[in-house]
Amino acid sequence: MPPRRRTAGKSKTAMLKPATGSVALLIGTRKGAFILRSDRSRRTWKLTEPIFLGHIVHHLMLDPRDRRTLLAAARTGHLGPTVFRSTDSGKTWKEAQAPPAFPKVPEGQKGRVVDHVFWLTPGHPSEPNVWYAGTSPQGLFRSEDGGVTWKPFSYINDDRQYREWMGTVQDGTPDGPKLHSIIVDPRDLLHLYFAMSGGGVHESIDGGKTFTTLVKGLEVVQGFDAANVTFHDPHCVRLCPDNPDRLYQQNHCGIYRLDRPSNEWVRIGKNMPKQVGDIGFSIVLHPRDSDTVWVFPMDGTEVWPRVSPDGKPAVYMTRNAGKTWTRQDKGFPKSQAWWTVKRQAMTADAHEPVGLYFGTTSGELWGSRTGGAGWTCLVRNLPEIYSVEAAEL
Amino acid sequence: MTVRIPSPLRSYTAQQAEVDVAGSTLKGVLTALDQQYPGLRFRIITEQDTIRQHIRIFVNEEQARDLSVALRPDDEIHIICALSGG
Repeated sequence: MPPRRRTAGKSKTAMLKPATGSVALLIGTRKGAFILRSDRSRRTWKLTEPIFLGHIVHHLMLDPRDRRTLLAAARTGHLGPTVFRSTDSGKTWKEAQAPPAFPKVPEGQKGRVVDHVFWLTPGHPSEPNVWYAGTSPQGLFRSEDGGVTWKPFSYINDDRQYREWMGTVQDGTPDGPKLHSIIVDPRDLLHLYFAMSGGGVHESIDGGKTFTTLVKGLEVVQGFDAANVTFHDPHCVRLCPDNPDRLYQQNHCGIYRLDRPSNEWVRIGKNMPKQVGDIGFSIVLHPRDSDTVWVFPMDGTEVWPRVSPDGKPAVYMTRNAGKTWTRQDKGFPKSQAWWTVKRQAMTADAHEPVGLYFGTTSGELWGSRTGGAGWTCLVRNLPEIYSVEAAEL
Repeated sequence: MTVRIPSPLRSYTAQQAEVDVAGSTLKGVLTALDQQYPGLRFRIITEQDTIRQHIRIFVNEEQARDLSVALRPDDEIHIICALSGG
């Protein structure tokens, strides 16, 4: 029996109007952050000078509630993790006074250490200074002052069961296990989701006082027990802006859709072409049509190369919630392009037609202002791209 | 005592390569350093009070393994970003 939401409200949110202004792409890379700005037509783009050059920037996020505040999750190869904050659209920056950190444990015990802040999510529109952060190793943190100070959020960071599901550093991705995809239901600030690689998807309906697992229907690597949350590896979970009762997920083991109040995910990736498969990191939703979704499939065979299958990059789009998929590769190289796109590195703007953008680990940023029908390389020669977010500054 | 600051941390010290801080232990010096230059300590010391993986701290020419090292007023502290990279 799925949990009952505190205030269900209308099933769909009010129709979101298409954006018409210029787009700013917020790019986090292994060697700093960049902002790529378009004109209103999205035909010409201009790249800023690097921000925090040399810092590893996992995520750069705009606060959609004021459209001025930017938060950057950063560290360097030597220095520990922190969060930088700008309240003037990136002109000036200040460091958080208390970045996300696990509690100090008593002498003689082994406490956890935040290696890097991986994910940033602005809070509910009714809580203008609230932000959430996910870290590596898996930790959930919250700020109530716009990102100046951070505290552990909820009980999960120290809960015995959750710690077992999180596993050790060796159980995560090569760059460390991560807590990500923190989602706040736009209709209900107490309704939260988050995901862990590894450690499954989780939901709270009481503002984080309690969480329940949400892994039914998800597959795990062959030979492992899907009933054990430890083995679940959601790569990216998104909630439909126009229909918050629908979620999509790109998982280590396929592409899924969840229509609440059901708590059972459906593997819609089975409808992808067999020779392409349904493995990848990112998943992008249409801002106004919960049946339309884009993914960037990667090779998940044998040793899991996780590059474009056969060296032929393509985005796949569904317009019917995953029943059928259409290949979109116009403008991409036809062969010998071994691209990897990370889970935060693909996004959509709110224009009509929707603009799509993704960054590769080889430092190219590609865009389409036709909903994926045609693609153009917007920037080359960036450092390894970790994240791309589309914003209207 | 003198604390030598590596270039990645000089944004905290107004680009000073050397700063003067008082303290009778390494932990005390780092606390004083953080009071003078807020935020610096967490970049080199974890929340569990351990020295970060790619940071080394030398007292005079001896490497400190933890923060309990006792200090004399004329000791010199070097904070080093360990050699790494390919």
